[in-house]
Amino acid sequence: MHAATLTPSEDGKSLVNYRLVKLHLTAAGIALLLSMTAGFLYSLQFLGFYPFGQEWLAAGRVRLIHTNLAAYGWLVNGFTAMLYYAIPRLTGKRVWSDSIGNLIFATWQFILLAAGAGFLLGKAQAIEWGETPTGFRPGTFELNWIPVDALIVVGAVLVIIQFMVPLYNARKTKFYVSLWYFTAGLVWLALTYLMGNIIPEWILPGAAGAAVTGLFIHDLVGLYVTPMGWGLMYFFVPLILRKPIWSHSLSVIGFWALAFFYPLGGVHHFLLSPIPDYVEYGAITTTIAIEVVVTTVVVNFFMTLRGRWDALRTSMAIRWFYAGAIMYFITCFQCAFQVTWMFQKIIHFTDWVVGHAHLIMFGTFTFWMFGVIDWLWPRICRRNWASQSLRSWHFWLSVLGVSIMFFDLMIAGLIAGFMQKDLNHWMEIVSSSVPFWWVRTVSGGMLLTGMLCMLYNMYATAKSNEIYVEEDNMAPLQEGA
Amino acid sequence: MERFYTFFFVAGLGCFALAFTLSMVFPWMSLDGYHGMDYQTMEDLAQTPSAEFVQLSEEYPEAFEASFGAVNSESYAEALQLGRDVYVGQACWHCHSQYVRVVSNEAQRFGPASTAQEFQNALNQPHLWGTRRVGPDLGREKGKRPNDWHIAHLIRPKNVVPLSVMPSYDYYFEEDGTPEKEGFALVTYLQWLGTTYEEEGNTP
Repeated sequence: MHAATLTPSEDGKSLVNYRLVKLHLTAAGIALLLSMTAGFLYSLQFLGFYPFGQEWLAAGRVRLIHTNLAAYGWLVNGFTAMLYYAIPRLTGKRVWSDSIGNLIFATWQFILLAAGAGFLLGKAQAIEWGETPTGFRPGTFELNWIPVDALIVVGAVLVIIQFMVPLYNARKTKFYVSLWYFTAGLVWLALTYLMGNIIPEWILPGAAGAAVTGLFIHDLVGLYVTPMGWGLMYFFVPLILRKPIWSHSLSVIGFWALAFFYPLGGVHHFLLSPIPDYVEYGAITTTIAIEVVVTTVVVNFFMTLRGRWDALRTSMAIRWFYAGAIMYFITCFQCAFQVTWMFQKIIHFTDWVVGHAHLIMFGTFTFWMFGVIDWLWPRICRRNWASQSLRSWHFWLSVLGVSIMFFDLMIAGLIAGFMQKDLNHWMEIVSSSVPFWWVRTVSGGMLLTGMLCMLYNMYATAKSNEIYVEEDNMAPLQEGA
Repeated sequence: MERFYTFFFVAGLGCFALAFTLSMVFPWMSLDGYHGMDYQTMEDLAQTPSAEFVQLSEEYPEAFEASFGAVNSESYAEALQLGRDVYVGQACWHCHSQYVRVVSNEAQRFGPASTAQEFQNALNQPHLWGTRRVGPDLGREKGKRPNDWHIAHLIRPKNVVPLSVMPSYDYYFEEDGTPEKEGFALVTYLQWLGTTYEEEGNTP
């Protein structure tokens, strides 16, 4: 770990604003609860048990709550909390302003409420993963709802300045790997959001617009969620294991390969479409390239764990991190195949893709955030975890749940894909999927139960009397200690 | 090298700009710049109201008049836009795609494969291609089924397709099945899908 970690702040104030970390983590937990409940309810539609018949609770609208709260409510709040903790400690500089921090927090939760209410009132925007309402009647500048997109831009810009200030103030120091990802990821976040929500909505229609929305879906995961995820891995894993990352060269390769190849693959979300073929070839090639290079990052982390396998038993956070890393590798491996036209013919438009999305968004990035919460929550609340068994239940229910969901949807996707190609009657395809949708709902219930264990445990911990004794994690880290 | 500016400018701005050029500006130039595709505004699209729209006005004269007045290009434009808004707001496009690929026997199942030109219009901004097909593709829906089928199906899909998992949209229709404004609009929009493909001189 870099020496900058150990620098105290100049004015003697605490380097980290723990209040903001705690606020964002709490908001993230609530958003996750709502998002997963919405996802579970939506899955009941496929079984014929969806409980609501009103327009505002229509299944499609609840689906938007599920996906958007997972991204903008859970992951953005969670990653922001993580950045409030990691960036000051890595740069030795405080964030821009504590009161701006309060403003960001309030703005962001308002955005989530306005977006959620907008979905229920049918104001969604026709951009996948960017359905947050524009607030304008399509094609006009007449307001019909709170302009959520514009607010997100304001919120994101504030977030970026908040964290760019310490990064900029530390510009004379050599950056640790996490900071590479955080710096670039924050720049990408702004560019990606602006590109994806403005160009297809106001400038480019049809196929050219589809190239942009494909790039947006891709970049939101690849250029915001992934850098934040790897940044937190590079920060927390050495911190907990108390040993440096195995290979600096592999870290360099992993970062620059992500930066160079990842954004080039966006069009792979609309393969075999009216988007020109040469653009699709480019997207396919770079996607395969990045999966190869991403493997180096996974190797780097497993080599770091070598000699410390006991940490998988003793540290719940390490267990989450490495379970997530395995899921990450599986997702990437799968991606290198599914991006080819040969696979696309069959699996595009099927449940395979849904399984893939859950494995990466839940199995990897949500797992990593669970790891962060597991490590950070006792330290912020200064209380020991209230229940050890709930921590284990949460872990095993999540691992089993997401694995079952992934394999289940992958098989369902293959069956449906081949039946589409073989010109089976459409309703035969639907009925052949129903058993798999049952398994999906049950595995979703496992994830939901695990998450409830975590939330209850967080609440009970915050209320408990058992004081957590801070271990001296600001002390210099010794190699092999 | 491993300093702030490297990651801000080279990785953050540079790599993004490269990808932006290759996967957005290039397709844009191919599709718009060199092939001279014409963009159809809402007025262009709604010039001639569809036969299905006229038929709705004849079958439900009072309800139709209360919702849209007379059949003309303005009321047709209004119905198409509202229909699309309902379709987007209900997230229909997360279970129904709107483009037919050249593979997987899709042309046999749904109709001719999609062209780039047919999406070059106001009702495809943003496009509604979708990425998942729980239900079938709707890109060639125009005229495939009568209005009555769509109305009965939207009110309660299981009445028409017993194994369907699609939600009911009965709140867009009155007790006796007469569409309300959103109901008219949704059927009009569904019966429009594929029109621009035929206008290119193609036959479905």
